[in-house]
Amino acid sequence: MADPMKIRATLKGDTVEVRVLMAHNMETGARKDSSGGLIPAHFIQTVNATHNGKLVFAAQWGTAIAKNPFLQFKFKGGAKGDKLQLSWTDNKNDSRTDEATIA
Amino acid sequence: MNPSRRQALKAGGSLGLFSALVALGLVKPGDAWAEAWNKGAFDAKSTADALAALGANAPTMVGEIAITAPDIAENGAVVPVGAVSNLPGTTQIAYLIEKNPSTVAAVFDIPPGTLPEVQTRVKMGQTSNVMILVKADGKYYAAQKEVKVTVGGCGG
Repeated sequence: MADPMKIRATLKGDTVEVRVLMAHNMETGARKDSSGGLIPAHFIQTVNATHNGKLVFAAQWGTAIAKNPFLQFKFKGGAKGDKLQLSWTDNKNDSRTDEATIA
Repeated sequence: MNPSRRQALKAGGSLGLFSALVALGLVKPGDAWAEAWNKGAFDAKSTADALAALGANAPTMVGEIAITAPDIAENGAVVPVGAVSNLPGTTQIAYLIEKNPSTVAAVFDIPPGTLPEVQTRVKMGQTSNVMILVKADGKYYAAQKEVKVTVGGCGG
């Protein structure tokens, strides 16, 4: 299981700004290890964010997303203290879900 | 792979349908998203193929899409790229990096209530145009910006 995501969700006016840092290697499948063998691709494919059960953001990623991905998005309709859930799934079907409180 | 499924993916129809189903609450987001990963688009090796796989042949180039990316990136492994769409009814934002081995870097879905702006960090193999493709009101628009990648990290 991968390390937890770092999620900051802050209410500014009527908009919630969400900043996420995920811990993931995002291996492209094109790099070689020291013995010359290809390192198999291992990367996050989908990211979903839900607020009160409603999908507020979704992403599909290729291998071109940088290692330990950073993501920022904004949505309206959140309130202080609300829970925000983020989850990702990678190409090896590993996944992780974390929750943050809107501050 | 089943050819008809591939065709559907190429047309971008399956993603659109899926988004609609999510919006209607018929399909719960979650595990199902893994299947919605647009393999055809992420396998595309050129801008033309990628646009076709996303169902966006010949997007209109417009000035309403703002791209925040460095003019020169000293480290191609971490290039911060942000996009803001000022087009009404934006439902999708995609990042395309022309000269990467796989053109499509990311596709973001913007449900109603979410602002059409996103920021992330991408990898770039070499100096290339970064195209931001926006789907607004069912039509596709795009803007692009060249980002120079300095190999060796000496700057300048």
